[in-house]
Amino acid sequence: MSLWVDKHRPTSLSKLDFHKAQAKRLKNLVQQGDFPHLLVFGPSGAGKKTRVLCLLRELYGAGVERLRMENTSFTTPSNKKVELMIISSNYHMEVNPSDVNIYDRVVVQELLKTVAQTHQFDATGQREFKVIVVTSADQLTKDAQHALRRTMEKYMATCRLILVANSASKVIAPIRSRCLGVRVPAPTIEEIAAIVTGVGKKESTLVPPELAKRIAESSNRNLRLALLSLQAARVQQYPFTPDQSVPSQDWLTYLRETANMIVKEQSPQMLFQVRERLYELLTRGVPPGLIFKGLRVLVRNCYDAQLKMEVVERASMLDHRLQQGSKAIFHLEAFVAQFMSLYRRFMSKKIEML
Amino acid sequence: MQSFLKTGKLGPQEKPATSGSSQKKKTSVCTPWVEKYRPRTVNDVVEQGDVVEVLRQCLGGADLPNLLFYGPPGTGKTSTILAAARQLFGDIYKDRILELNASDERGIQVIRDKVKKFSQLTASSMRPDGRPCPPFKIVVLDEADSMTHAAQAALRRTMEKESKSTRFCLICNYVSRIIQPLTSRCTKFRFKALGEEKILERLQLICKEEGVNCSEEVLQLLVQTSEGDLRRAITCLQSCAKLVDKGTTVCPTDVLEVTGVVPEQWLEELVTVCRADDYARLESFVERLSCEAYAVSQLMDQLLKMIISAENISDRQKAVICEKIALCQWRVSDGASEYLELLDLGCAMAKALRS
Repeated sequence: MSLWVDKHRPTSLSKLDFHKAQAKRLKNLVQQGDFPHLLVFGPSGAGKKTRVLCLLRELYGAGVERLRMENTSFTTPSNKKVELMIISSNYHMEVNPSDVNIYDRVVVQELLKTVAQTHQFDATGQREFKVIVVTSADQLTKDAQHALRRTMEKYMATCRLILVANSASKVIAPIRSRCLGVRVPAPTIEEIAAIVTGVGKKESTLVPPELAKRIAESSNRNLRLALLSLQAARVQQYPFTPDQSVPSQDWLTYLRETANMIVKEQSPQMLFQVRERLYELLTRGVPPGLIFKGLRVLVRNCYDAQLKMEVVERASMLDHRLQQGSKAIFHLEAFVAQFMSLYRRFMSKKIEML
Repeated sequence: MQSFLKTGKLGPQEKPATSGSSQKKKTSVCTPWVEKYRPRTVNDVVEQGDVVEVLRQCLGGADLPNLLFYGPPGTGKTSTILAAARQLFGDIYKDRILELNASDERGIQVIRDKVKKFSQLTASSMRPDGRPCPPFKIVVLDEADSMTHAAQAALRRTMEKESKSTRFCLICNYVSRIIQPLTSRCTKFRFKALGEEKILERLQLICKEEGVNCSEEVLQLLVQTSEGDLRRAITCLQSCAKLVDKGTTVCPTDVLEVTGVVPEQWLEELVTVCRADDYARLESFVERLSCEAYAVSQLMDQLLKMIISAENISDRQKAVICEKIALCQWRVSDGASEYLELLDLGCAMAKALRS
């Protein structure tokens, strides 16, 4: 049994469910047989990857779906070997260079040059270029991004890059100016609800409209999440009832509990307990950025606008440091501690005033 | 053509102007217009009077100093030196030029080996076919501001010692990132951001050549959004032309979508929400905005312009807000979460506008 997300992924540009106008333009682009480098950006679960795959299919035909995986090793200047998995078909290649952390520059340099310097043997009946899809391009280090600049221009004749990123601001300006930006906004709640119902129908599962709406709302406009929770709900209980609970991810529940603990009591002991829980989350592989985003619900629990703003200011500062630093736990803990102290000071002032 | 296929390097530029129509057809399919319309001779370079003058004299036989080009992206730095080299050396220019950019390994080791070796070779003052040409080679270090300081330092003496046979050309965006000893060994040229009418002229030319239907209004919009970056303007024009159906004209909304400019109403709403000084509204607004996937750095750029020209905000408030924009912009480009930074900016604006 495959996941419904993958099973019902649209495979051609004309079958896409939302942003139809954009799909049409992409189609125009492909029909001319050629396109510039692309930078596809949008929040997660908005269908960036789906669009890229549709585009490739439109361009090369069904051949792009015959994928193979290979582990390629690269040698860094300091003679360290790094391994990276590359998913490729005859026509394109998909890499995530940020998997190798700071060595991504080496990967970008080596890989692009080798691919770009080889030519298709028989150009008749084929495209003259290969496509390299670079996922999470915003995670690339600045070095790697600079390395892309001139390469992108130089090898234009033999290869096209499709950069997939969550946000365009983290991609440096010189690269943005060399790419055609494709903005993929998140689908609206109504669109998600419609798709959820549609997928249900294809799986001969009847989804009550109330439930579809609630699934869509709880997904934060993330279509992938919505479909996953639909499938989870199906496993949990079927036939559906309109007031059925939408299963949420357990790490999110765990995080919410942690946030509640912080609001309930502010003391060194509690900080200690929270720290353990944060560690738990980190060791389970929840990215620190997401934990931060989860903890911001704390802000909603503040009663005072002034306090809220102060907490937001601290949060944004620490989030920045988190990106810069190496140990996530320090910054997460710092945020919790700062929040506790701010909150407590505020509360005691309130009590005094009474 | 052969060499173009072999390396995929600089192909379109080498193509002689009178190449056969069949070749032309093939390359034109996948040539970005930026490459296609790169200036071929020094005289074609738009604006940048000083450097063009110096290079022209050099073409006439005068000596060429070591060069340092700096300026914002898309102003023609790389194009200028490549065009000059082609004119200086003609068809042997491949042998006489060593081009290293950020995509090549450029640590101290490479400077010591590759650059040094290349620069120690002597160059004759004759081409193979007997015509004269300048007796030196050129090392082009593109994007030199991303070289390490150690590598830059290793260049110092090499630059002086080999001045008989080699000229260096350093190209960068920020001259402050090049170490002093190097800048003092080079003649510095600042490339200005291109004037609006120059860009417009160029775009009109390309439109005519490529047969693109473009109204004056659209071109003006392209010029405005490009902010003096000709490459960006041309790329946008090509993208727009490719996205629309054949035969139809490009409309202003296409341009906005391609350039990634955030529509005005979002900015206005942000300011209104901040004025309302209501955290819950601000949060839901930011959430909505981040779902739209606009680039927050772009939004901040536009916001800055809007704040500066706003009339109902006092100078003091403007100062506070601008400082916050600067801070948040920096953090975002450093990789911090866009959502939090925007929220923080919103809070700061609300606070500033309150008083």
